[in-house]
Amino acid sequence: MFKFKKQYFRADHLKVSHRDQYKRFTRSKAGNFFYSFFLIAFGLFSILPMIYSILTSFKPLDELLVYPPRFFVIRPTIENYTVIPSLLDNLAVPLSRYIFNSVFISVVTTVLHVVVASMGAFVLSKSNVYGKKIIFSIIQFSLLYNSYTLAIPRYLIYSYLGMIDTYWVYILPMIPSSMGVFLMKQYMDAAVPTALIEAARIDGAGTFRVFWQLVMPIVKPGWLTLTLFAFRDLWQLIEGGTVFSEELKTLPSAASTIAAGGLTRQGSAMAVTVIMMIPPILVYMISQGSVTKTMSSSGIK
Amino acid sequence: MKTKKMKSGSSISRGSKKEQAAFYVMLAPFFILFFTFTILPVLTSVVLSFFHFDAVSLPTFAGLDNYLRMFVQDDVFPTALRNTLLFAIVTGPIGFMLAFVLAWMVNEFSPAIRTLLSFLFYAPALTGNVYFIWKILFSGDSYGYLNSTMMSLGLIVDPIQWLKSPSYALPIIMIVQLWLSLGITFLANISGLQNVNPELYEAGAIDGVRSRWHELWYITLPSMREILMFGCVMQIQSAFSVSAVAIELCGYPSVNNSVDTIVSLLTDVGNARYEMGYAAAISVFLFILMAVTKNLMFKLINLAGK
Repeated sequence: MFKFKKQYFRADHLKVSHRDQYKRFTRSKAGNFFYSFFLIAFGLFSILPMIYSILTSFKPLDELLVYPPRFFVIRPTIENYTVIPSLLDNLAVPLSRYIFNSVFISVVTTVLHVVVASMGAFVLSKSNVYGKKIIFSIIQFSLLYNSYTLAIPRYLIYSYLGMIDTYWVYILPMIPSSMGVFLMKQYMDAAVPTALIEAARIDGAGTFRVFWQLVMPIVKPGWLTLTLFAFRDLWQLIEGGTVFSEELKTLPSAASTIAAGGLTRQGSAMAVTVIMMIPPILVYMISQGSVTKTMSSSGIK
Repeated sequence: MKTKKMKSGSSISRGSKKEQAAFYVMLAPFFILFFTFTILPVLTSVVLSFFHFDAVSLPTFAGLDNYLRMFVQDDVFPTALRNTLLFAIVTGPIGFMLAFVLAWMVNEFSPAIRTLLSFLFYAPALTGNVYFIWKILFSGDSYGYLNSTMMSLGLIVDPIQWLKSPSYALPIIMIVQLWLSLGITFLANISGLQNVNPELYEAGAIDGVRSRWHELWYITLPSMREILMFGCVMQIQSAFSVSAVAIELCGYPSVNNSVDTIVSLLTDVGNARYEMGYAAAISVFLFILMAVTKNLMFKLINLAGK
């Protein structure tokens, strides 16, 4: 079986961070202080809504209804969480079905989304396929067209293809992402030198192998980030106008039935929001944790 | 400067027929789905902009009526256009630079701190409902955080209707929009910075780069050109499409239409009045506005490092 020679992957030689190998220009002490202060202040402000959501999910009813709303919780309770199973008891289909739908749709579609976008980007970045410049510029411009106006034409296409009220309506339209192809092509243009691919070609690697075993490892920070974007959107996906069967609906739709329970359910609605936040945060931690570690650089000397 | 990186944009030389076929096979899944679910709907929408269509009965041909109505009859449109341009001119460039500067600053910390800081900045995108914190902050009664703080400090006597007063609402919406728009561009920049070849910095130090600002201008920015172009398009898209923030905080229509935008108007035309042909015409106009801006910006980005 064909194996790439080690020297294609400069990252293998760069086990130590480049910081240790030579001196970078660093900022002054005052600059350091200013930077840290600014970043921490801005960062803390940005995380406030998340903290507020978490605190609110532990508030007892009287604290939830107090006006003006209070930021902190005084007598925290886990009741909002413990009543969730009973609130979900009278759903038309078991909760496990919603969980299955959400996990199935987000995982399958995220993987397809990233692979399809990367393959497309690879062709647009590194091939000489006829018309690739025009296709790429159409992709860029398509990002600028207001998506609200597209709802009705899309509905007509779904119904023509018989996709209404099936899993397909969650999956197929979410796979082709102009943003994904654009992002991945930009990474490949910036990080993968054509000469590197030529060298692998001369060694006898086929097109698909070059893509999967050479290019994809180099642009790992790119597809890890795209995975996060895709998963975050798909996890929150509700198909209101195109899916009607209860057994095909997703977790956010089950969660919204709790919020519809009115003021007294406010605490539990927030608790559900907090639980729903966990998977995207986990995906964030995994993907960005490895992005900041990779240091994949593929230079040719 | 000898630090220019290898040209990587050009394509590999023409291979065998089999390799060519492989390229088409790899592009096909994206292209077919993209054509079906994006290109076709866009084309349909452009055609619809020349029709009267209420989403129930069949469309009737309208010629240029929808476009004429936008510029001649609609009283809200000129205000909405003015607000949209204001939002775009202020939040677009600032948001773009903020996303880069923050990523650049965060990138110089150790990996653990880097991950933590970028988590803080990305948190609003992970939280979902983020408007209510701003609603409490700028609430118009004396309980709103800003009002109660200013009143207890003796700065004001009566509470200010922050979100109802045209002179305050506009800047407030701009700030919230900026804060929200960090997400995608910021993370793309963070991972883009990971892909900058460290050898370039080494070579730059030998070649006469003498300060961090030199390094930024001659090495980091040119290496980030492709990712900056991506951020630029995303930023144009969000800056010209400000709407959800304004509707959430100030409602639609807002007092004196002070923060109503083209997209707010478009959504109202479609949702409340079912005038899909007119909504499509507004979309086409907005698209042209953004497309022209995008072309101008790409010319600017290409100047970095020169």
